[in-house]
Amino acid sequence: MSSATVGDLVSQPYKYGFITEIETEKIAKGLSEDVVRLISAKKEEPPFLLDFRLRAYRHWLTMQEPDWAALGYPPIDYQELIYYAAPRQQQKKASLDEVDPALLETFEKLGIPLSEQKRLSNVAVDAVFDSVSIATTYKEKLAEDGVIFCSISEAVKEHPELVERYLGTVVPANDNFFAALNSAVFSDGSFVFIPKGVACPMELSTYFRINSGDTGQFERTLIVAEEAATVSYLEGCTAPMFDTNQLHAAVVELVALDDASIKYSTVQNWYAGDENGVGGIYNFVTKRGQCRGARSKISWTQVETGSAITWKYPSCVLQGADSVGEFYSVALTNHRQQADTGTKMIHVGPRTRSTIVSKGISAGHSSNSYRGLVQVGPKAVGARNYSQCDSMLIGDRAAANTYPYIRSQQPDANIEHEASTCRISADQLFYLQSRGIGFEAAVSMMVSGFCRDVFNQLPMEFAAEADKLLSLKLEGSVG
Amino acid sequence: MIRSDAPILLEIRDLHARVEDQPILRGVNLTLRAGEIHAVMGRNGSGKSTLSKVLAGHPAYTVTSGSVLYRGADLLALEPEQRARIGLFLGFQYPVEIPGVSNLEFLRVATNARRQEQGLEELDTFAFDDLVQERLRVVQMDPAFLERSVNQGFSGGEKKRNEILQMALLEPLVAILDETDSGLDIDALRIVAGGVNQLAGPDTSTLLITHYQRLLDAIVPDFVHVMAAGRILRTGGKDLALELEERGYDWVDAELAQPLAGAEVG
Repeated sequence: MSSATVGDLVSQPYKYGFITEIETEKIAKGLSEDVVRLISAKKEEPPFLLDFRLRAYRHWLTMQEPDWAALGYPPIDYQELIYYAAPRQQQKKASLDEVDPALLETFEKLGIPLSEQKRLSNVAVDAVFDSVSIATTYKEKLAEDGVIFCSISEAVKEHPELVERYLGTVVPANDNFFAALNSAVFSDGSFVFIPKGVACPMELSTYFRINSGDTGQFERTLIVAEEAATVSYLEGCTAPMFDTNQLHAAVVELVALDDASIKYSTVQNWYAGDENGVGGIYNFVTKRGQCRGARSKISWTQVETGSAITWKYPSCVLQGADSVGEFYSVALTNHRQQADTGTKMIHVGPRTRSTIVSKGISAGHSSNSYRGLVQVGPKAVGARNYSQCDSMLIGDRAAANTYPYIRSQQPDANIEHEASTCRISADQLFYLQSRGIGFEAAVSMMVSGFCRDVFNQLPMEFAAEADKLLSLKLEGSVG
Repeated sequence: MIRSDAPILLEIRDLHARVEDQPILRGVNLTLRAGEIHAVMGRNGSGKSTLSKVLAGHPAYTVTSGSVLYRGADLLALEPEQRARIGLFLGFQYPVEIPGVSNLEFLRVATNARRQEQGLEELDTFAFDDLVQERLRVVQMDPAFLERSVNQGFSGGEKKRNEILQMALLEPLVAILDETDSGLDIDALRIVAGGVNQLAGPDTSTLLITHYQRLLDAIVPDFVHVMAAGRILRTGGKDLALELEERGYDWVDAELAQPLAGAEVG
């Protein structure tokens, strides 16, 4: 007679699970030095980049896949993956009219119209399809302010000196197993350069779409904000539903010079697998920003709702004096999803400050861990950190863990950590229902309330969407 | 106020219900007319709280037989939220805390859900603010409680006032108050009872579920029902409550032991 029938609502079908039929150029599966050379050759890269890739590859061979995260998955056979796939019409087109209509249609279906008439008025979009950038909107308009926003492949060709100066300086090629793999084989991604003193006039956004079922996805994003420059950047991600798993190992590097500010937001909605944990993306991502200059600021906001496995720790290296790092995160897991996510705040310079607000929501049989490091070096006089980690459990079969690590070599540092765990109970839901509030509305009311501190950090256009996305993901998970 | 020609708001007929495999209600009959105040008394485990939860539609309880008509229509077919929207209210014995959800926002959404059902205009934040300030006076509640999360960190008395505030906003036709007096000191009891009395009127009906006479000194019932073993054993006027106060519930046990109570089979 009541909410017991909620089981019927389980697993709101994943809206973005369709596959685009398009001819793709792929190389043979497997990874070797030759494959690395082949990728570099196909992309007509300068020697420095091939060197970078080869060093990364050779180092990767000596590395072990990390096993310290609270994640369980069958071993990945790296020789079974394809490391390069691109829509056949792969040359970047001068005009959108020349882009394959099937691709434009795909992005339109995803709610990211690219054509002149329909594109978002206040957001420039780089659309990445199977690791290849197919179109970037508002490039010319941004160029008027000296802002460079293009695919990283294009940047390698048109601004090689900038790429060479910054690539791999925040996440070195040998940083970790997945970053090394990415450095060896990365295909495409976005490049952003905001020159000195410029406040980027519009929101920048990259939309990542995985389409292939057997291809590894290795995007590389590099954002540089020169002195006193500011930019707000958002990435979105979706993928088709396959009953196999796809590996996604991206690297994002941010560099902020004196007084610069970068705000990086993510709404991650990769396919999460079905309710039994079949299929879904393995998301092993290295994201790091370096506050290189004094008074610079880097702020990460992430809403992680998809992927079968999430391994991701957007971090800040606070080098410049008085620099500021922020991390705001909502990670939601349902069904059999597993997430091990958090941040690292590395305080190097004096009076550096960081804030961490993490909200984990676990439903179904999922497991959701926060893992965070706050490290204060000997020179970070007067460093301050505030961390708040809250977990919400839905149902009685989900798990939430918090692993905070604090290392301080500075007696003067001020580090605060707060943590809490709560549960959406049947009685809470019944209470709201008994006041006339529908079941789904009651759940989303509670979840929104829980996530409010983080949603407030998202660019306005996306905050409401994130709220909705969470409600959708949770539909039927309570009862 | 008893008027035999007053419309029937709630009619419970031979209601049986269980929680998991445990039968709790074993044939409850009760009729509430507009303008009446009823009290259901009984020991712990007699089924009186279950009755309130079943009426509100708590998912843990399963109705096995019998019927409940709300203004002539089947109540049991409705989801809990729908029951609330058409004017059934349950004041909880233990109102739960809901962290992160603003009390004010909750009250507004709830009020608008009810208003929508009544064909009234939804209230925006300003209009609602005016309404809630006015209704706060019914329970003499500090407006600061509106800014907090629903019931979070409220004392027992504050939670009960928040319940009555909700009742004042939702303007139910049938209000069921489950052990509203529990955990209240004398002053809080007076305020809460005062609120209930203000809200009771010729068109509404109140069902008080209580252990003790003291609530019934403050809210005088028209009918008192004694519940035991999942049924209403005796019905009387307010004097019945006094009798219970004096004699305790032991006689109920004695009566239950009598075969005459036992048209019951199985």
